[in-house]
Amino acid sequence: MGRYIARRLIYMVLVVLVVSVITFGLMHAVPGGPFSREKKLPAETVKVLNERYHLDDPLWKQYTTYIYNVLIPHVTTTPPSNSLMDDHMFNVKIGSVWIRWMNFGPSYKSRSRTVNDIFRDNLPISAQLGTMALIIAVLIGMPLGVMAALKQNTMMDYFGMGVAIFGVSVPVIVLGPILVWVFGVALKWFPVSGWGAKPPYLLGFLPSNYNWDFFKFAVMPSVALGLGSSAVIARLTRASLLQTVREDYIRTARAKGLHERVIITRHALKNSLIPVVTILGPLFAALVTGTFVTELIFGIPGMGKYFVTSITNRDYPVIMGTILLYAVFLVVANLLVDIVYAYLDPRIRYD
Amino acid sequence: MAETRLESETLGSAGMPLTQKRESLFQDAFRRLLRNRAAVMGGTIILLLILMAVFAPLVALKSFEVQVLVDQNKVPEWVLKVFPTMQPYAEISNDYPLGADRVGRDLFSRIVYGARVSLAVAFIGPLISLLIGVIYGSISGYFGGRVDNIMMRIVDVLYAFPSLLFIILLMAFFRSTISDIQPGTFAYYVSKLDENMGGMFFIFVGIGLTAWETMARLTRGQVLSIREKEFIEAAHTIGASNLRIMFRHILPNIVGPLVVAETLAIPGYISTETFLSFIGLGVNPPTPSWGSMISDGSSVIRSYPNQTIFPALALAITMFAFNFLGDGLRDALDPRLRGTQ
Repeated sequence: MGRYIARRLIYMVLVVLVVSVITFGLMHAVPGGPFSREKKLPAETVKVLNERYHLDDPLWKQYTTYIYNVLIPHVTTTPPSNSLMDDHMFNVKIGSVWIRWMNFGPSYKSRSRTVNDIFRDNLPISAQLGTMALIIAVLIGMPLGVMAALKQNTMMDYFGMGVAIFGVSVPVIVLGPILVWVFGVALKWFPVSGWGAKPPYLLGFLPSNYNWDFFKFAVMPSVALGLGSSAVIARLTRASLLQTVREDYIRTARAKGLHERVIITRHALKNSLIPVVTILGPLFAALVTGTFVTELIFGIPGMGKYFVTSITNRDYPVIMGTILLYAVFLVVANLLVDIVYAYLDPRIRYD
Repeated sequence: MAETRLESETLGSAGMPLTQKRESLFQDAFRRLLRNRAAVMGGTIILLLILMAVFAPLVALKSFEVQVLVDQNKVPEWVLKVFPTMQPYAEISNDYPLGADRVGRDLFSRIVYGARVSLAVAFIGPLISLLIGVIYGSISGYFGGRVDNIMMRIVDVLYAFPSLLFIILLMAFFRSTISDIQPGTFAYYVSKLDENMGGMFFIFVGIGLTAWETMARLTRGQVLSIREKEFIEAAHTIGASNLRIMFRHILPNIVGPLVVAETLAIPGYISTETFLSFIGLGVNPPTPSWGSMISDGSSVIRSYPNQTIFPALALAITMFAFNFLGDGLRDALDPRLRGTQ
């Protein structure tokens, strides 16, 4: 297992590096730069700006500098400053030496912020939204799938699968405005836009206020985002459980007179969850990308805005930062899923 | 000479019953599909939508782009009854069946014309992704070994890309390249084509370039499972070429799962287009798209919910129809898979 994980980690680093190269190449291939405006800036200003951000350097040099700043920990004696060019995600002091790591660079568009600032302020909100949506997806999807499978071809089954079809057919872009109108405008149960959690966050991303002030903002967007995924989970749970209850060992369990509830919970459910777990990784990744549609509709100040505007603004460091963040997130999620997979199914050995 | 004749004769005589059997399999599947009420309903709705999109000028009656500024945000009476919160400020005009948008364009006509974009994506998206994905996946699966390894690692890397962001990058690239292209070049004609299609062409390219990866993986898996079968070995023995084996023997056997996967992927393509238009990287105004209508409407959803809710409903109905049809197709072509993804 250890060797497997090590191999996977090396592979992950490679994948993320390739993604960074492609993104870097593609974004520089897009015509126009961060400082080309409708109303042209004076040539001297552009020159100074390009010099300041090293945009006149050859591309390979810009790329290697970027990767160097992000990947390699810097060991210095100077403490962190307020300079935008010098904002590191991690600053650790050991004796009189500072170890500083992950400098994603400044944002070209919002002149007083760095990419790390965006990660610190806006990422936690997206993470909260994504996590809550995943929780809702699992809480709705799994019981629905289990019920549909246990009562196959009954009203329960049709109801469950009906909800599932509804979930996959109604994307956030449709469900969002409808929820906003019904529960926000007409019934006035929830606020129409905004987000309840404010920094400081526990552990960097958990909201510190678990009360109505937080949930009244979070309910609608989490449901809108999570419902589609709950449909996927429900269908998969149903299919997998239906397959499992036909296995021989379930018949054995019945034959030796076990209680039906024990058979389902102890034997069938645990084994049928394996395919469901494997899909959680890609699903969570989809939820994280889905957050930006949701954030736009519900006016949530998360990462969503930056995903889109950074590209139209040619804000190079923000583009790189957000795409790399997503890629790292995706490969880590997939690795975790594979590890959990091996834990759930002892027959699987990765060596 | 004798050998080639032998080959064609063998295949000719063996080919006849084979094709017949395949047809009966599909006929059987079609019969099962017709018994599935939800799928038939989905198919009927899609047919109606296609008719509506093709004959949009006859259905819509009004123009989708003419702005009648005095009629801004007008609503018909029945809409006021459905959305009672609009009562205090809405101006009534029964000229517009669903109301007018904030620049005085008929919402109904825009929804009718908007179906063109969504349906075009629904049919061309699968075509492009099948074309690239099947060729890529079958080469990878058929040749196996090192070729397969390299080709699949490439797909793995592309998978780590957030596809929506990749499309946004591509769209930004296409859209901003248009302005400074010299007339006469290939790129110029492509951009002209896109312009004439109201911006749809680049949407197809963007979706096609990101959607083939899943198809490639699926095709490869299917090809791998068929490749080792005896009848493929038999075809090799009588000297059939790689291409012939690929197209005559392997592809017909894997068409079912591919069609099912594509049909179930269509709602995804439609929502990608909607999303692109929603953030302003989709169709060019004034071409109507349900995504851009939802986007325009959501800024005034408190006052004029009809401008958002109606295009959203149109989108939902279309997605339902494709999902029902896709589910039905899957059940009909492979009953064992009933209820799975």
